[in-house]
This record gives sequence, structure tokens and C-alpha cells, in this order.
Amino acid sequence: MNKIEILVVGVGGQGVITASEILSEVGILAGYDVKKSEIHGMSQRGGSVSSDVRFDKEKVYSPTIRKGHADFILGFEILESFRALPFAKNTGVVISSDYKLDPMTVSAGAAKYPEALQDKIKALVPNSYFFNNADTIKLVKNPRALNVFILGALASFLPIEVDIWKKVIERKVPQKTVEINLSAFDEGYKIGKK
Amino acid sequence: MSKKLLSGNEAIARGAWEAGVKIAAAYPGTPSTEILETIAKYGEVYAEWAPNEKVAYEVAVGAAFAGKRSIYASKHVGLNVAADPFFTSSYTGIEGGFVVVTADDPGMHSSQNEQDNRNYARFAKVPLFEPSDSEEARIFTKMAFEMSEKYDTPVLLRVTTRVSHSKGLVNFEDRVEKVVENFPERKETKYVTIPAHAKPLRIRIEKRFKDLREFSENIEINFEEINDKRLGFIVSGISYQYIKDAFPEASVLKLGFTNPLPMTKIKNFVDKIEKVIIVEETDPIMETEIKANGINVHGKDIIPNMFELNTDIIYESVTGNKPQIIEVKEAPVRPPALCPGCPHRGVFTILRELGLRVVGDIGCYTLGVLPPLSALDWQVCMGAGISMVHGLEKAWDDENYNNIVGMVGDSTFFHSGITGLIDIVYNKGLGTIFILDNSTTAMTGTQDNPGTGKTLKGEITNHVSIRKIVEAAGVKDIYEVNPHDLDKLKKVVSEAVNKKEPSVIITKSPCVLLRYKAKEKFTPLTVNPEKCIGCKICLSVACPALGFDITNKKVFVHPELCTGCEVCSRLCPTSAFELNGEPLVYENKHKIRGN
Repeated sequence: MNKIEILVVGVGGQGVITASEILSEVGILAGYDVKKSEIHGMSQRGGSVSSDVRFDKEKVYSPTIRKGHADFILGFEILESFRALPFAKNTGVVISSDYKLDPMTVSAGAAKYPEALQDKIKALVPNSYFFNNADTIKLVKNPRALNVFILGALASFLPIEVDIWKKVIERKVPQKTVEINLSAFDEGYKIGKK
Repeated sequence: MSKKLLSGNEAIARGAWEAGVKIAAAYPGTPSTEILETIAKYGEVYAEWAPNEKVAYEVAVGAAFAGKRSIYASKHVGLNVAADPFFTSSYTGIEGGFVVVTADDPGMHSSQNEQDNRNYARFAKVPLFEPSDSEEARIFTKMAFEMSEKYDTPVLLRVTTRVSHSKGLVNFEDRVEKVVENFPERKETKYVTIPAHAKPLRIRIEKRFKDLREFSENIEINFEEINDKRLGFIVSGISYQYIKDAFPEASVLKLGFTNPLPMTKIKNFVDKIEKVIIVEETDPIMETEIKANGINVHGKDIIPNMFELNTDIIYESVTGNKPQIIEVKEAPVRPPALCPGCPHRGVFTILRELGLRVVGDIGCYTLGVLPPLSALDWQVCMGAGISMVHGLEKAWDDENYNNIVGMVGDSTFFHSGITGLIDIVYNKGLGTIFILDNSTTAMTGTQDNPGTGKTLKGEITNHVSIRKIVEAAGVKDIYEVNPHDLDKLKKVVSEAVNKKEPSVIITKSPCVLLRYKAKEKFTPLTVNPEKCIGCKICLSVACPALGFDITNKKVFVHPELCTGCEVCSRLCPTSAFELNGEPLVYENKHKIRGN
């Protein structure tokens, strides 16, 4: 894979930026040119958050992913994964949590949270994988390690050595949580391989 | 030389440090904030958050007058606040290199407008650099310092959100100290801009601009890539990256230095290429000037003249082809919302209950406008949350129109709220003003300000008292209240709006992000499904921690988000919320509207 484009999506505060940060460092160590884009400020307050990461063995120009070009969508909230689908290749892979968080438009009664999103996503991108959020939190023992779990699942699809991932995770997560994050990565990797 | 992944903002800070910068000053504003946050980490640099951009600019230009290299940074609208010293410093020039960074926000990700600050370079007749990625941001910053000293001028470096907040690999070089032997001699004809001095300075600007034109023709960051001669693009800033992805075969004239434009270089490029399109985000600035020189190019007849561009938009605008992509219907938008536990939520709940009309300001509290809170009526810029109240009330000089309140934050009050308050006192206004003191500059990511007792460098410092300033301005009717205490808040507001004098209500409660950072443990509320009647009144407080289960028609609480602030539970008509399994029952219930 000479070019890899990954879109990480979720809701403000879920760790989207940290995940894309780890991902970018992994790409550099694996010998890719890397660019990433992210959104700060007002839109971050509980709104939709996305971060684009692009790897290229040669050169990356734009920091943002074109529609229909993402090889992977990593979703921390299922409506956000759904919303991101225009960016996915239809042969791409979606790895998403089943977590649901009502947007204010839904709470205010102005819109409905769409139903059966797993089926809808699978119909559009057949290679879609979902994990149960509550069960996974129990499995990885810390809700803050969910983003590393999802990176583990992604790692199982990528031609990048596991050691590189682990080296970056050790450097990027708080010292106290290194062990929990490394085992979250392993769990994600195992599930991804299945 | 090592390489690191840096954002455009971090790279500007790195470039300034390598260039030997001594002084950096700014007021936070998305997408510029991280420039100063990064620069502050370098021990050799004095860096500060000033109370506003004008002050920041004056601090930085003062340092440049003292012979040291200095940098100013703000978002696009911040430069409006600093425009006064900006224009005149173009006349005076500088002693030490002076770089002015403007971080524009096309598409308004986090701004009230999308003004194109490249206009400022032409307006003030200063040179303009436009980096297109992080590495260029570092290099151009260093070039800008060199140029500033060589041509005796402030230099504008313009980035946009996508450059500021994208990361790319950046080379690292060492810092080169700028050695200044002595404090500069007196040069009053240059630095005291009385008309007699300003006139010759005005003439000097024209001479400088002529010299810069030559520089623009020769500088290596204005270069062409000749490929397919049937189609070519003239680009600056981030557009270059989009063009390289959308049309890898096309010819490109890439301009990193764009004021003044290298008109001969442009002519030569256009002569070689069959069809040339200028791709610039928002205003047709290069296009207008190039066309005025009689050069035949396309621009805004093809490329949109508003909002952020991207590879897809450019590709579709130029080719007319819309690629087949997956379409997603019925995905409800997720607008930003006040955080769970945000102290502003209680204020808006009460203002809505009392049916007051509200002037807002720039900060997280702008989010009070969105449904279901729907409790904000006007908002223009920083400080207007106070001054506009006065205008609104004076326009309807009638006792029935005293139901207008204004609000600013703590940082906003220091920024430009003080003068508005003085105006109300001086000109016999009656306004009721909220100062929402959450002990931080929250929206931009919790930066310190004069009220927090800490500097940008993390040092303990003097704490400027909001209350004492309010008292000194002559306001007599002052209240301090915890915004989570809805009963007291309601009583205080009802009293203040009916007073025949100006009132200030200071709400004091730290931003919940500071409490998250301090790793405070919260006890979330729960909902007793037996008692919840599914009326959704609690959802009207717009808390992301509340959800509605459509199968059993009951509200539930996301325990990982709830901070237990109890604003929602005070509206519950059946006391269905519980804390530690105990029902939360209150003496006074609050409603969405009406008493």
C-alpha cells in the first residue's frame, strides 16, 4: 500500500485528535510522508469532530481527504461514522463503535436519530465492522483506551509492524496508562484479525 | 537536521524561534492560538497573552522599535482590533524584524465572518507571505524576519485554518540569535508620526513598495512548474496543495509572496499556457490586480468566491464533473453545544425562563443561541455584549424596554468590555450586564487571562479583579452569584433588570474543562424510569449528557458525561432525577418559559 487515507470521526471530547496523532506518528516511522488535518475551536464543543490522515510513500499534498478516497473510516460514534461515508471508497473499510449520542438537533426534537445504522452502513460499505461500546470498555478496562483499541483493529489491516505502533503508543499516552493502552491495542488487533 | 510532524501554527513558532525572536504577543483566537502557546515553551522568548489584540500589537511593535525581533499573532478578526497601530507602523517601519501573523478562517469553522486579511496587506502597503503547509510556514516566517529588517517594514504572514491546523513534516534548524549592541538612538522623525513626519514616511512607503516589487520577481518561493501547457493555475496558500491533488498534470505558478505580486513572472507564465485559472480562497485579490494589468486569466468565473475550498470543489468547478460518491441521507447535523456541567447553562435557563432579550458576545456562551436553549438575540464582536445593550435601550427610551441584558466572559471583559461599561455609567444607561467569570478563556482551549493569576509562561502573577474594575467604573449595583444556583440567579436577575441604574451580575464558577483537567470526580445523576413521564422538559437545557430512549419514551443520563450539576433536574416536574439513588426534590421548580 503506497497510499493510505484514514478518516477518524467522532464527537468533541472522544479522543479523535489523539488517535489521529498516534496514527500520524506511526505513518512517519513506517516511512511514509504524512499530513493530517483537524478542527479546533467552537466546532469542537460537543459537535462533530473529524481528523484526516494521509500517508504516501512519495509525497502528500493536501492535508484533507477527497470524497470517495478514504481507505478507512474509524468511527467513535455511529452517526458520525454514517455521516463520514461520502468520504469512503466503496471498497474501503469502516471500523466503528455502536455508541450513540443524540445530537442537540435530536434532543431539541428537530430531527430523528436514524435507525438501524449498522445495516445502513454495511449496505453502502460492505467491509464494515462494529464493536459494542459498553462491552469493549469492560474489555479494555478504561473508556479512555477505546481510541487505542480502535487503532489496534486498524493495525490488523495495515502493512505496518506492530512494534512501531507500540513504540508510538508508549510515547504518546500518559505514563500511567501505557500498560492499559498497550493491552487495549492488542485486544483491538485480535478482534481486527478475526 | 531532524524532521518532526508539526501543525502550521507550531511551525510558525519554530520558525520565529530559529529566527531569534525575542518577544511574542497575542490574544487567543481560533485558528491562531497555538502559535503563542508553542512559542511560550521556548526559554529564550518572552511571550504573553495581552488583554486584547491592539495591546498585543503595541507590545510587539514596541519591542521591534527597541531593536529586537518580535512577532504578533491573531485570528483574522483580531487584526481588526489591532488595525490602528498596524496601519501606522507601516509608516514608521521598525528597528528589529517584526512579523504580523494573521490566521484567517475561510468557511468560518470557528468565527463570525470570513474576511480575507490579504486585503490588509494591500490596505496598509506591507509585504505578504502565504505559506501552503507547515514546512513553508517555518521557512516563510524566517524569510519574513529577514525581509522586515531589509525593507524596514512590518511583514504580514497570512495562514488559513487548513494551514494552521494541518500537520506535516518540518525540518529543524538551530536558533540564530540576533545580536543588538545598543538600545536604538532617538529617531523622532521616523517614530513620532505627527503630520510633518508622516508625510515623508508616506513617500517612503511608495519607494519601499517599488523595491519590494523587484524582490517579488526574484524570490525563489514564487516559482513555476511547467507541465501540460493547455491548463495552468496561479495559486497561493493552501490552494497549491489542492491543485496538485486535483490536477497533477497541470502547470502551476505558485506564489508564496503575494504583495506586491510579481507581475512580469505572471505575464510570462500566462503567455506560455493556453488557459490559466487563478485559484484563491474567498476574495479575488490576485485576480483583480492581474486583470487590471491587462492579463487574460480566469478566476472567480470558475472558482467559488466564498467559503473554504478543497480538492473536490476545485476539481468540480474546473471540470464540471461530479464524481460518483456514496450519498448519505437523513444524517441529522451535530452542532456544537455547551459542555455537560458548563456554568453558562444555568444562566441561559434563567434568562429564557424570565423571557429576557439577550445581547451576547464572543465565547462559548454564543452557543446559547441554538435550540433548544434559544436564549440569545444579538452578537457581533468582542465587547459588543456590553455596548450594544446601551444602544438597544437608548433607541427605545421607554421603561417597557428595560428587559435587555448583555453578557461577556471574563476574558472578553478585559478584552474590550471595560470601555462599554464606562459608556453605560457615563451616559446614564440602565443596562444589566452579566460577566460570566469562568476563570479562563474557554472557547479557544482554556488560556489564562488577567483574571486567572497566571501568565502564558505559566508563572504566578498579579490577579486583576473584575469586581474592582466594575466598582471603579462607577457601577453601584453589583452581584456575585454561583450560576449553578438557579434560585438565587433568578432572584438576582429579576431584581437587577428592574433597577433604575446600571447593574452588573458576575457569575463565578470555573469552566468545566478546568475541572476535567484537574481530574475532578463527578457523581452523575440518574433518572428513575418509574417517575419519568417523557415530557422532555429537561432536554430543553441542551445538555449532551441527556438522551431520550425512543423505545420506552424515557430520558436517560450518559453517566460518562454527566457532572451532576443539577440544572436539568430543577426543571423536572416529577422529580425523576436521582443522585446516589436519592430523588432530587427542590423547593422551587423552574420552567422553560414564564414564572
